[in-house]
Amino acid sequence: MTTVELAVKISDAIIYASQNLEESLVKRLNEFKEHYKGDDTPNSKASYQLLKAIDETLKLSIKHNLPMCQDTGLTIAFIEYGQESRYSMAEIEKAFNKALEIALDRGNMRASIVKEPLYERQNSKTNSPAVIYWIPKEGREVTINFLLKGFGSENCSSLVMLNPTSTEDELIETIVKSVKAAGSKPCPPIVVGVGLGGSSDRAMYLSKIALLRSVGERHPETRYANLEKKIETAINELQIGPGGFKGDLTALGVAIEYEPTHIAGLPLGITISCWADRKGKVVLK
Amino acid sequence: MSYKVVRLPLTKEEISNLKPFDMLLLEGKLIVARDQAHKLLAILIEKNEPLPLELADQVIYYMGPAKKGNNLPIGSCGPTTAGRMDRFTPTLMDRGVKVTIGKGPRNQAVVESIIANKGLYLVAYGGCGALYATKVISQKVIAFEELGPEAILEIEVKDFPVIVGIDSQGNSIY
Repeated sequence: MTTVELAVKISDAIIYASQNLEESLVKRLNEFKEHYKGDDTPNSKASYQLLKAIDETLKLSIKHNLPMCQDTGLTIAFIEYGQESRYSMAEIEKAFNKALEIALDRGNMRASIVKEPLYERQNSKTNSPAVIYWIPKEGREVTINFLLKGFGSENCSSLVMLNPTSTEDELIETIVKSVKAAGSKPCPPIVVGVGLGGSSDRAMYLSKIALLRSVGERHPETRYANLEKKIETAINELQIGPGGFKGDLTALGVAIEYEPTHIAGLPLGITISCWADRKGKVVLK
Repeated sequence: MSYKVVRLPLTKEEISNLKPFDMLLLEGKLIVARDQAHKLLAILIEKNEPLPLELADQVIYYMGPAKKGNNLPIGSCGPTTAGRMDRFTPTLMDRGVKVTIGKGPRNQAVVESIIANKGLYLVAYGGCGALYATKVISQKVIAFEELGPEAILEIEVKDFPVIVGIDSQGNSIY
């Protein structure tokens, strides 16, 4: 494939992700909707209407070739790069950013990226560049996983440098505090990515990697899988509810990723995703 | 089902009768403005310079649309987080803005401004951009075109679903 062909292939995946949520997430949203159906309190009625609107949005998005949400996000890509790939890293990076420009046009997405953050904040008009992380691996294959990260929820993400002697309860409490502070801002119901260990930046990175996992899929280690469940329960006890309309269902999913860290620290990265937890995957042979 | 159709602009009486969690379908004209447009308006107000639009009795929708769809007048166009506009809202409400539409909570200063100006804060469904695109009849840019998706627009809507977030007495759903 030429760089342009590569860009078109990637743009198809970006457009698809802007209009379709993964099956497990759609199923979970439907469970939430059924939960509030028929409940006549003003809060539950509002939650039900929101969940119904989400359902309609997903259908209209495909019907009209529009992104489900106008915030088509900052695109964050995690590229597992096979060292013997026929494509160079520079070529893939170029193709990925070109793909954003093509998706903007063909998928009616939004140019949401400004070139400089503080002074002019001039729009790049191409919805690029993406944030790109490289993960080296053996072989020829390249696997690109990406998130279309909405910024209403990204503004609620945070880093906490916990004490290395912190307990599981303290960890849960810290995450719950952060979700409570976010409240209705990140478009609940939410998906929470938790990164533990590494350095401060690495913990945030891990919290994004955690969001790549399918909603509902648990950590392979039992104690971490149980911790995910405990965090989910604790978040639901906050009574934020869909839309922040107050209710007993707030967390669509919680996923944890961890890595080794320093004896003096326990970095905790928390990334919150809105219900429109959009992600995609492209494999290049 | 329990939505009530209301025509914009709302009368004083209509505003005072609305309560948190009331479900409305809006019909009429909205002004669309978000972060940078608010910042520019605030600078003009501070310098006492003329504004590019009339603020009296306006309804401001916090939104920045995606690219226009092929068969619709606008692109995906759901609400953005209202809290980021809190720093500007009291100034704009004192200049005549009656109603704001967004998602998420407002700060105490905005709640007080809503009470003082007998206004309203309405909540639209976050993330439902494609749905809202089908509720817009027309759109035109009225100021700051150079801001791209952050330009000020005037849009006409029909059957546009919202929930009363903060009523004219300051009662809130949050």
